[in-house]
Amino acid sequence: MRVLGLDIGSRSVDAVWLEDGRITDHAVADSGFDPAAAYESFLARGDHDLVVATGYGRHAARESLGCGVVTEIKAYALGASALHPGAASVLDIGGQDTKVIALKPGGGVSDFQMNDKCAAGTGKFLEVMARALGFDLAQMAEAAMAAETSVAISSMCTVFAESEVTGLVHKGIDRGRIARGLHDSIAARTLGSLKRIGASGPLVFAGGVAKNRAMADLVRAGFDGEVVIPREAQTVGAYGAALSALEA
Amino acid sequence: MSDQPVDYHPMWNELGLDLPTHDALLGAVGQLFGDAYLTQENRPQGMDYLNFVMSEVHGLRIKELDDYRKAGGKVFGTFCLYVPEEIIRAAAGWCVGLCAGAEFAYDQVEQIMPRNTCALIKSFMGFKLARVCPYIESADLVIGETTCDGKKKAYELLGDLHNVYVMELPQMKRDVDMQMWRDEIRNLMAKVEEVTGNTITAESLKAAITEVNDKRRALQRIAATRAADPAPISGKDALLATQVAFYDDVPRFTQMMNALADELEARVAAGEGVTAKGAKRILVTGTPMALPNWKLHDIIEKAGAVVVGEEMCTGSRYYQDLVSEDAATLDDMIDDIAEKYLDINCACFTPNKGRLEDVVRMAKDLGADGVIDYSLQFCGLYEMESNAVETTVRDAGLPVLKITTDYSMEDVGQLSTRVEAFLEML
Repeated sequence: MRVLGLDIGSRSVDAVWLEDGRITDHAVADSGFDPAAAYESFLARGDHDLVVATGYGRHAARESLGCGVVTEIKAYALGASALHPGAASVLDIGGQDTKVIALKPGGGVSDFQMNDKCAAGTGKFLEVMARALGFDLAQMAEAAMAAETSVAISSMCTVFAESEVTGLVHKGIDRGRIARGLHDSIAARTLGSLKRIGASGPLVFAGGVAKNRAMADLVRAGFDGEVVIPREAQTVGAYGAALSALEA
Repeated sequence: MSDQPVDYHPMWNELGLDLPTHDALLGAVGQLFGDAYLTQENRPQGMDYLNFVMSEVHGLRIKELDDYRKAGGKVFGTFCLYVPEEIIRAAAGWCVGLCAGAEFAYDQVEQIMPRNTCALIKSFMGFKLARVCPYIESADLVIGETTCDGKKKAYELLGDLHNVYVMELPQMKRDVDMQMWRDEIRNLMAKVEEVTGNTITAESLKAAITEVNDKRRALQRIAATRAADPAPISGKDALLATQVAFYDDVPRFTQMMNALADELEARVAAGEGVTAKGAKRILVTGTPMALPNWKLHDIIEKAGAVVVGEEMCTGSRYYQDLVSEDAATLDDMIDDIAEKYLDINCACFTPNKGRLEDVVRMAKDLGADGVIDYSLQFCGLYEMESNAVETTVRDAGLPVLKITTDYSMEDVGQLSTRVEAFLEML
């Protein structure tokens, strides 16, 4: 059976094609203002028998496509366990939400936490801060890693933190130190969430922000256990969605 | 009832409502009710009564209040179940809950109170400022209580716009607090007697105690049927019954709820439910859900689970305890009333271990698979207690999901994901 897994997120639509449980292809497209257009092109390939959607847009996809749906929590748990058998926990920092998941042996969810309504500490947060500092995302991560000291950022709210960053820039504080402070504060918050749900290693770090080297280093340094970043960190959810079709 | 729809606009106009804004509000609530309630399947027939009440929520009931007042009766508006309805009814007053369950006119509210105020307080203030709650406009007196700092100060602001009386509720349950609370009930009696011009007697108070207990007994019967699998009534419908209990005519409501309970008991005996047997069963705990706040129940039940109980003021705290009916003298009755109300386990008390015991007992009695603890953002009391609820429920071996939200719809997507993932986990 050929299954297409779609993770319809706020920033990107990720797709994974499975045939008899093995990945045959994957793709990522920007969600833009019309996420349906993004996944239509994936559907148009026609090389699937079944579609399962996860992510923010899953319910809309179910209405228009009549496809199966699964929550991001379950999708990431399944995807991470399949990519890294023996994984004990999952961290996903996506475009507008962050989730931490503790896994049972075998890949079931034993506990999870998600951020509330705002985009505090997510990929969107990093994008806004990079803009405030005049960096692109990769430059900001590099500057953060190069900085020898950090400056404390107290706000996690995207709006308040942007004002805070602007204030620091106007005080003449080095951009690299501010970038480091921003990464430090997200890492501290994330590690705190992992601790609250009792997450142990190996931890699979997924989602677009896992590709940010500064975040990867900070999570590795702060987490008590092995941290695994899959090569295709961004499509773990889509992979898990596709796998869920094989569960029943 | 005639077939011709009644035009209530003249009555609303007389009450001083802002008619165009009020029309818009009624339209929105009607749509919300349609989406959340009328889409449900396998509803008990007894819910027809509550559908009718909702269709006339600002109509027929307000007309009844209006007629009562024109005949010399007095109406008392309340926001909290600590205000003893028995006292009001014993003086032939009518007690109605006030609108506090929807986001309205926050722009006006935020001119006089901080943005970081809980949705319930902002809501009642918004309804008053925008002149869209016919209940408060029908209330000869609003009776507030000191159950949290936000409400306490909000009643001062409300007092600039309406006739408000505030009862002081103790924050502890020691003997000295009980003494003070008895005095507060006596003070309320004097106030209610002054407003109504009627004297409360042992006979009238005894009758009121029985009448209000009967209402609670009917709700207890409904609550008990929800322990069955499949549950014979949705959580949304059961929540609506408790919400309506705050403002409907007491004897009529009791009669209709007993009829609903008869039907639910028959459904349980026949093994009929609103969902298939084996649907995930959720106990909801926390901050009260004032009408028309159905947000969380709607999310849970649209995800395929069924809410089997509400450990909240719009739930078990409203009906689980009765006032003793044994007393013969007025003094003893007042003591019994004081005792019953001080027994309610609200987060405004310290310590409040009884609430944690209630949560665990209800979860077990109702066969819940998981507990969702619900706090309104900036409701410091329930947000603070949330941690203790989480620990206690986990220690009792049940999964728990903590949710902090408000009346807005902007977080429904994220809440749905969290609730669905929680259900997948059970």
